Amino acid sequence: MKSLKIPLIKNGTVIDHISSGNAVKVLQILQLPKKLTSVVSVAMNVQGKLGKKDIVKIENRELAREEVDKIALIAPRATINIIREYKVIEKHRVELPDELIGIASCPNPTCVSNFNEPTPGRFIVINKDIPRIKCYYCEREPDDIMHKII
Amino acid sequence: MDFKGKDIIAIRDFSKQEINYILNYAKKMVPFALGEKTTTILQGKVLSSLFFEPSTRTRLSFESAMNRLSGRVIGFADPTATSQKKGETLADTIRMADAYSDVIAIRHPLEGAARLAADFSEAPILNAGDGAGRHPTQCFLDLFTILTEKNKIEGQNVVLLGDLKYGRTVHSLAYALSVYGAELTFVSPKSLQMPKEIVDECKELGVTPQSTTKLDRIIKDADVLYVTRIQKERFPDAEEYNRVVGSYKINNELLKPAKEDLIIMHPLPRVTEIHPEVDKTSHAIYFKQAFNGVPIRMALLSLITGGVL
Repeated sequence: MKSLKIPLIKNGTVIDHISSGNAVKVLQILQLPKKLTSVVSVAMNVQGKLGKKDIVKIENRELAREEVDKIALIAPRATINIIREYKVIEKHRVELPDELIGIASCPNPTCVSNFNEPTPGRFIVINKDIPRIKCYYCEREPDDIMHKII
Repeated sequence: MDFKGKDIIAIRDFSKQEINYILNYAKKMVPFALGEKTTTILQGKVLSSLFFEPSTRTRLSFESAMNRLSGRVIGFADPTATSQKKGETLADTIRMADAYSDVIAIRHPLEGAARLAADFSEAPILNAGDGAGRHPTQCFLDLFTILTEKNKIEGQNVVLLGDLKYGRTVHSLAYALSVYGAELTFVSPKSLQMPKEIVDECKELGVTPQSTTKLDRIIKDADVLYVTRIQKERFPDAEEYNRVVGSYKINNELLKPAKEDLIIMHPLPRVTEIHPEVDKTSHAIYFKQAFNGVPIRMALLSLITGGVL
């Protein structure tokens, strides 16, 4: 019988199919575990059907849609499994929406959105498969959005 | 085609059909822009002219355009005399201008300022330049100038010269000229070449631009020579700057092999890149180009406020 690398969870969220090596970035984006006290388990380089992958299991926390959007930026093929009483009650692949609002600030230092205006960072998604976004305001494509995730 | 209430933020927001419509409509505005005819189509309308950074041509031509259409202008050319000095956000300034006027022209040092302004205003926004960002009315008037001087844009051999790396107005122009099927030649020092993504964008539109550092080799084939200023701060040392600037100085000697009907354009202000002796030649079109800002801005003001000829 195949043994589990990390245990089943009773309630919470399992983020599966994170491309290998990106689990730590996912945790960083979700600000876990510092945002909650429950157990977070991470498995990296797990052999899956389509090659190696990372898995994150978050107990007692069901991810909200806007959190999923954040993950899609760096793990576009990840799946989100909502677990209740050990059963998967909802499963879906993360998908970048057409726009990302309020999850990242523009890295362009001369973009108007960085100057105390009453507007959240706003990005237009120009490619969903290989995530590419551009700032709604200055239209620049950020080189490294990771450090600008709010 | 209905443009009433439309914001003019970036040339890329317009289809070729829409650009054509605006250029053709601007032709009708020329006698009014020259003062040969008068019109009252924007009587009772107010333009807020919000210039958060210095401008000569753009501000004056916007204000001239509104006045020629019998509209009124309020606004400022120096933001230090406004509440921005007290820390007011751009969003709030725009809300006020929206309450006081029917259309807003804005120049601002920050990229994306016009797009932000459009989100906070019911009145349509005209982007008069946002930092190193977009300057669509300049692009419209550049296209208008080529169209009126050459009768068509398609197939014209247009040479873009100067700082092609950082000047985003040149990027917009390269895009717009590609939409029209012009032939493009990019001439710049190696360190200031047109970015790859702009070249790729031209190719996607069916135009394969030529790139070179040698102006004297291609001048004989040019129909349009579009000159831009090379900024000193882009160079690591003064010697390199002087060498590059010297090699791109347009004078009558350089123009000897040029076609008789070559037109030379420049968004102005120029510094030393075009010798004053060129001003007297039939090639020099840059002052007429600056005038063309008036009929173009008249056309845009008229169309987006709904007061059509």
